[in-house]
Amino acid sequence: MDDTSDASQPPRIRAPRPTREWKPAPPKSAKGLATAALGVVAILIAVGLLTASTVRDGLASVGFEEGWATAGLFGIVAVFLLLFVPALKGFSCASRADRTAKIDVAEARAETAAAREQSWLAIGYTAAAAIVLIFGLFLVANEVAVGRTFFDLSLIFETFHLVGKAFWVNIEIFVIAEILVLIWGLVIAVARLAPGRAGAPVRLIATAYVDLFRGLPAIIAIYLVGFGLPLTDLPILRDMTPTMFAILALTLTYGAYVSEVYRSGIESVHWSQTAAARSLGFSHTQTLRFVVVPQAVRRIIPPLLNDFISLQKDTALVSVIGTVDAFNQAKIIASNHFNLSSVTTVAVLFVLITIPQARLVDRLIERDQKRMRAGG
Amino acid sequence: MALVEIRDVRKSYGGVVPVLNGITLDVEEHQVVCLIGPSGCGKSTLLRCINGLETIDGGEIRLHGDRVSGPGVDQDALRRDVGIVFQSFNLFPHMSVLDNITAAPVKVLGQSKAEAKERAMELLARIRLDQKAGEFPDRLSGGQQQRVAIVRALAMDPIVLLLDEITSALDPELVSEVLDIVRDLRSEGMTMVLATHEMGFAREVSSKVCFLYGGVVHEEGPPSQIFSDPRDERTRAFLQRIIEAGRL
Ligand SMILES: Nc1ncnc2c1ncn2[C@@H]1O[C@H](COP(=O)(O)OP(=O)(O)OP(=O)(O)O)[C@@H](O)[C@H]1O
Ligand SMILES: [Mg+2]
Repeated sequence: MDDTSDASQPPRIRAPRPTREWKPAPPKSAKGLATAALGVVAILIAVGLLTASTVRDGLASVGFEEGWATAGLFGIVAVFLLLFVPALKGFSCASRADRTAKIDVAEARAETAAAREQSWLAIGYTAAAAIVLIFGLFLVANEVAVGRTFFDLSLIFETFHLVGKAFWVNIEIFVIAEILVLIWGLVIAVARLAPGRAGAPVRLIATAYVDLFRGLPAIIAIYLVGFGLPLTDLPILRDMTPTMFAILALTLTYGAYVSEVYRSGIESVHWSQTAAARSLGFSHTQTLRFVVVPQAVRRIIPPLLNDFISLQKDTALVSVIGTVDAFNQAKIIASNHFNLSSVTTVAVLFVLITIPQARLVDRLIERDQKRMRAGG
Repeated sequence: MALVEIRDVRKSYGGVVPVLNGITLDVEEHQVVCLIGPSGCGKSTLLRCINGLETIDGGEIRLHGDRVSGPGVDQDALRRDVGIVFQSFNLFPHMSVLDNITAAPVKVLGQSKAEAKERAMELLARIRLDQKAGEFPDRLSGGQQQRVAIVRALAMDPIVLLLDEITSALDPELVSEVLDIVRDLRSEGMTMVLATHEMGFAREVSSKVCFLYGGVVHEEGPPSQIFSDPRDERTRAFLQRIIEAGRL
């Protein structure tokens, strides 16, 4: 409301405030931060040079050609030199800001902001490089004890085909189990949502099942199924291979998790959607099928993929029932050679297949959050 | 015999006071009945009972003389004949406008896709939204969404249409485009029961106005009488408040 010169205005009760003088505050100097950034980069390079020569000696002792090792390692340290670029830029911005602070505050602010950004950039990358260095040192410590135990390259290459072939067993197990889990989980979820009093026993059994298999460690489920069921000597069960038992056990365990994912997805669809569908004459099942589940599926993909990643990792547990999967194969090799490098191969394989899925989950979650912010 | 007969209907959500405490109401064919009353008096609850979205605790509801409340009634069949439109539209966000409208005729009534689509396009053309058939609901304005929701209910060829405060969630300038459809439907003779806070509109379109209070129909009559000469104390007080709020 305009209150400057209206005659009908009520009388002022408070005296008008005196106008306060206002001076723009110059930015805080970034000189200290910039100096620190330069310092850490310098230390990193010094340590890097020392480490490089040690690591080179270490690599040479496990049969790496010295020339390549030297070129590679000092090359890496040379890359570290690039960190001086942001550090120096930050420093020069900071000094310029200090000089202009008295003359042009806006300019000084911009320079300071740039100085901070560049300095933090240098510090951040230095920290990352330092972690890599420390890891390198750890590998070569005690005459490359760590490196030799876990990363014996010749052994890794020599046994890769065995481990790699056995890894197909893991892939077979998780691909089939994932497909079965998708179906089985939905069956359990729908059973847990069975309507009415007649649905009560179905709900009860489904709930008991989920409670049981969520609490039961996967390794025990695999053990019981894999060793127990063949002993029963029942038809069909009698003829199943250990791999099939492994798939069965993992499906039972992960079916319980995934049914919970489905259920929370289904319950996250607002009840007004169900009301709208029912009021158009859709039955309970039709409502689930055409309205609720299609909306739920979009929301459950990220948690579902997370469960799949755990399922893939848990395929390594099948070695307890004697299935020769990648881990079991690697353990056999490891005990023959008194060296764990083949297990490293398995570890790397597992990590490699997980990373794309983990990134996909991140992307999907990000997309959903964007959509939420956009309002629907 | 009235088209919809509501006899002594009771409904409680488990609270101390029942929400509906013996509602009796007749809706004749081609009538437009408006339910008015303070917030929380049970207008939405009554509408939801009529199409079986809520089960009633006592009394009975008849459609064409056939009891449609209580055990053994095919609720899905009832809901095919009684359409309802909600305050918050409740369109299916994962379906296009066209699919929203054709889903139930195809899946529930077993119409062919082509047949359902033709009818849907006809209805959309009537509300001048045929251009938007392929859009998803989140790309439409509130008024457009609500018009689609009405058309979605009409595509089932309901005997009665229930409208639950269909304009309350809309910006004022979008209200009229939705109310125009209701006017149209009335002139075609569609039987409707509507809960509304738009008193001016209620006065204009309704054949009968019912004032709900304390779980019963406190006063009912033609709009001219209810709005200009309310007999009941509570009706008068309620309308007084509405007038003070500038809504009549
Ligand atoms: N699902 C429910 N569970 C418990 N109580 C409910 C439920 N739905 C409605 N109620 C209660 O029943 C009463 C009537 O609600 P109803 O939605 O029918 O009122 P209304 O007349 O439509 O109000 P409004 O004008 O605000 O829409 C309210 O007191 C409400 O709190
Ligand atoms: Mg309501």
